[in-house]
Amino acid sequence: MSMFFALLARDMRLSIRVGGGALMGALFFLIVVSMMPFAIGPDLNLLAKIGPAILWLGALLASLLTLDRLFATDFEDGSLDLLMMGRIPLELAIAAKAIAHWLTTSLPLVIITPVLGLMLNVEMSAMGWVSLTLLAGTPALTFIGLIGAALSVTLRRGGLLLAVLILPLTIPVLIFGVSAANAAIVGPTPFGPPFTILCALSLASFVLGPVAAAAALRHGLE
Amino acid sequence: MLIELAGNNLTCVRGGREVFAGLSFGLCGGQALVVTGRNGAGKSSLLRMIAGLVSIAAGTLALTGGDADAMPGEQAHYLGHLDAVKPSLSVSENLRFWATYLGGAPAGIDDALDAVGLEPLATLPAAYLSAGQRRRLSIARLVAVKRPLWLLDEPTSALDQPSQQRLAELMRGHLAGGGMIIAAAHGPIGLDSPRELHLETARGSMLNLRGSGLL
Repeated sequence: MSMFFALLARDMRLSIRVGGGALMGALFFLIVVSMMPFAIGPDLNLLAKIGPAILWLGALLASLLTLDRLFATDFEDGSLDLLMMGRIPLELAIAAKAIAHWLTTSLPLVIITPVLGLMLNVEMSAMGWVSLTLLAGTPALTFIGLIGAALSVTLRRGGLLLAVLILPLTIPVLIFGVSAANAAIVGPTPFGPPFTILCALSLASFVLGPVAAAAALRHGLE
Repeated sequence: MLIELAGNNLTCVRGGREVFAGLSFGLCGGQALVVTGRNGAGKSSLLRMIAGLVSIAAGTLALTGGDADAMPGEQAHYLGHLDAVKPSLSVSENLRFWATYLGGAPAGIDDALDAVGLEPLATLPAAYLSAGQRRRLSIARLVAVKRPLWLLDEPTSALDQPSQQRLAELMRGHLAGGGMIIAAAHGPIGLDSPRELHLETARGSMLNLRGSGLL
């Protein structure tokens, strides 16, 4: 297990150092969401109505933005070869990298979400619920995106392919995330069912993502 | 029990092209094997195959006498063309990570840095290292974590004369301790009488390349 935590700690340290890209996701999210009221206009009711959808779309794009470098940097400097020769299974090593990525890019995004409610005319109390849906749903985005990052690791412009491959797979997360957030803010549908499905999607992708990504890496690196 | 690595009738296929076929070799603890051959003969592919990074198209590869639960690649150090050094981490942070990840215990970091002459630079970010110093940091990994098999792909590249001698001493020490070394090299690497495995470029391979439209 010490190997798992060593990799987790290394990736977190790398991402907070120069050029690491931690907080990039949160900053991108901040910009995208702040731009929305300017594009849509000052219709407060409309903003409150589509606020959760904007937040979820922003979170989706922000988590894809940084994912393409997840394996690419390790591939380019030869670290990926050595990661595959470790005593822990590659699946576990990938899970460690994904958790580190989530902690440094998605978690800050979840934390700043309540503040963004001001921009979208959503009440502070309701924003707590929206943050909760993001907290439950963003792991699914990271772990599904992991597969695309592994598939596109050897490509120069992998980021674009990553988005094309991964965005369709994230549709269920988006649907249940937004419906849970809407249920919490305006009702009348209950919050529980879509939220539990969102949690289920995260847990399922937590199991499937590393396995699929490991298979893609083993195949792609030959 | 003496450790032994045996490859039998190994065939390597990369990108639909047969790199080598029917390759057999054997190596015991304390022995070194130098793989020679022209560019593209498959030296690096052979090392990567033993490391478990390239799949074996045909044939068998067995490491006996080591850890029965681990694959050959998990008991080997691979020193490739790339140094696996992160520029934003310091020299000792880089080494400490690999020592923990590959070996499970971050012991002997200072000794390993000392062995490659990088101890004075331990706290320097690796971004400031020269190519040769990065190479030495990479070599420190082999010292910090004990693994019986060293796979070295042109280990002397970028190293100056004193560093090459230091590497040769490390290799001799590894062999004296019952370890094995397989090195791909174009020139002498400083070992006294290594066994040599010469890879011939398969005649048909170039023709195949043209035929498949890759050239």
